[in-house]
Amino acid sequence: MIELDSVAMSYGDRTLFHDVSLSLPNGSFHFLTGPSGAGKTTLLKLCSLELTASEGRVRLLSEDVTGLDRDGIAGFRRKIGIVHQDSRFVDHLTVAENVLLPMSVTGKKSDATQDLSELLGWVGLAHVAERRPPELSGGERQRVALARAIILSPDIILADEPTGNVDWDMSLKLLDLLVELNKLGKTVLCATHDLNLIRHAKPKTTTRVLRIREGKVVQAAAGL
Amino acid sequence: MSRLRTLLVGDPTAARIVPPSGFTAVLTIASAAAMAFLAVFAIALQLATGELAARWEAELKGTATVRIPAAEDSEGRADAVLAALKQTPGIVAARRMSDEEQAVLLAPWFGEGIPLDKLRLPTLIEVTETAEGPDLTGLSERLSAEAPGTIYDNHSRWRVPLSDAASRLRQLGGIALFLIGGVTAVTIALAASSALAANGQVIDVLRIVGAKDGWIAAAFTRRFTLRGFFGALAGTFLAMIAVSMIPSGVEAGVLSGLGFDGAEWLLPLLVPFFAAALAFGATWVVAARRLRQDG
Repeated sequence: MIELDSVAMSYGDRTLFHDVSLSLPNGSFHFLTGPSGAGKTTLLKLCSLELTASEGRVRLLSEDVTGLDRDGIAGFRRKIGIVHQDSRFVDHLTVAENVLLPMSVTGKKSDATQDLSELLGWVGLAHVAERRPPELSGGERQRVALARAIILSPDIILADEPTGNVDWDMSLKLLDLLVELNKLGKTVLCATHDLNLIRHAKPKTTTRVLRIREGKVVQAAAGL
Repeated sequence: MSRLRTLLVGDPTAARIVPPSGFTAVLTIASAAAMAFLAVFAIALQLATGELAARWEAELKGTATVRIPAAEDSEGRADAVLAALKQTPGIVAARRMSDEEQAVLLAPWFGEGIPLDKLRLPTLIEVTETAEGPDLTGLSERLSAEAPGTIYDNHSRWRVPLSDAASRLRQLGGIALFLIGGVTAVTIALAASSALAANGQVIDVLRIVGAKDGWIAAAFTRRFTLRGFFGALAGTFLAMIAVSMIPSGVEAGVLSGLGFDGAEWLLPLLVPFFAAALAFGATWVVAARRLRQDG
């Protein structure tokens, strides 16, 4: 469950959005769309605790995460899988080591080998496990990022323009992976400006579309 | 304790989070090696000055020389002084130096074969004191009464400045060690700070996947502690070889004692551990502060 209650976000004098309230139930799949600069990334960063709201409260998994301290935020990030448009990695580590990073930081490495090979197989990257991230294509990097995001089996997946830097075929593959995760019960919130991608998702799972417009988040029309 | 265990054992991925090479790695290892090299010499200097001071003390303490000016009745005056000395508490023995012994003492200035019988030389008496020694004021007055102009010289005129000099050298050695430690800590702190700044992306990634600041700081601290340790180990090893090659057997001077004997060779082996402790502390403080600022 992701809940925003009267959330506002300002940068200096500029108010990006205000009085945003929304509630995304467990297991739902939401797209977040809107024009460039509308605040899609900011809204996702509020949910991933990379930013703190200027006003209002944020609740994740039924817990109020407003005002969490640094360790609290780090602890909560382990329950959230995050995929950015320009996913970053520790470039001198292998793909396998990068995917295992969340387990390393939580000290859960011992039984990870099986999970890792299954996970890399699931995203279709078992063959690149020993390569370094700079050697990968954009699509491969995004799939590695997705694998890293879900290795701790988080309940929430936040994806910020995950298909922004990949071709259409790879976009559909990534969409399929997100849909599959949603069918496993994960709550997915995916920011995108690609309406075609949203249309392709519709037949595959029950999705809702949120649009940021003029500082407000509104439910998009069914026809989109 | 768990942090120490994590630091020493860690998991292989955590150990490799900080890039294994680069400018900061070279800087840390080289500076730790150089400082350890200097530290070993400072320790050797400390030990040498300590031994020198002890040797000077041992050679001069507990002995005195009585000098009786030449006079008509030198024999009688010397006998009277000897008798007075033997009755004085704090004196173990008193012995008149022979002409041959006096000739040996004068040889450096007048050469061999001095005609002592033609020179008006003072009579010298060698005295051995107890640990407490005699009452110098009372003894000097009594000796002057027996033979006017007699001087009781317990060598303090030489011993005290030498002892002071040795003490100062030891203090300087201590200051040098302190400065070496300080420079090591500052250098490693700067290298760690530079590494943290250069690895902003790594830190961002770690935060995204839920790493706490303590875990990130530990990863950097572990890397820099090990670099400090192995750099210092190399420097210590080289310094020990260098110290062992200093020629020994020189009769005079500080250099005659610059080195390690027996168990003293274990002392320099502590240097890498101190360097590692300094690296640990410096990196932890820098990393914790930097991560807090980055917030």
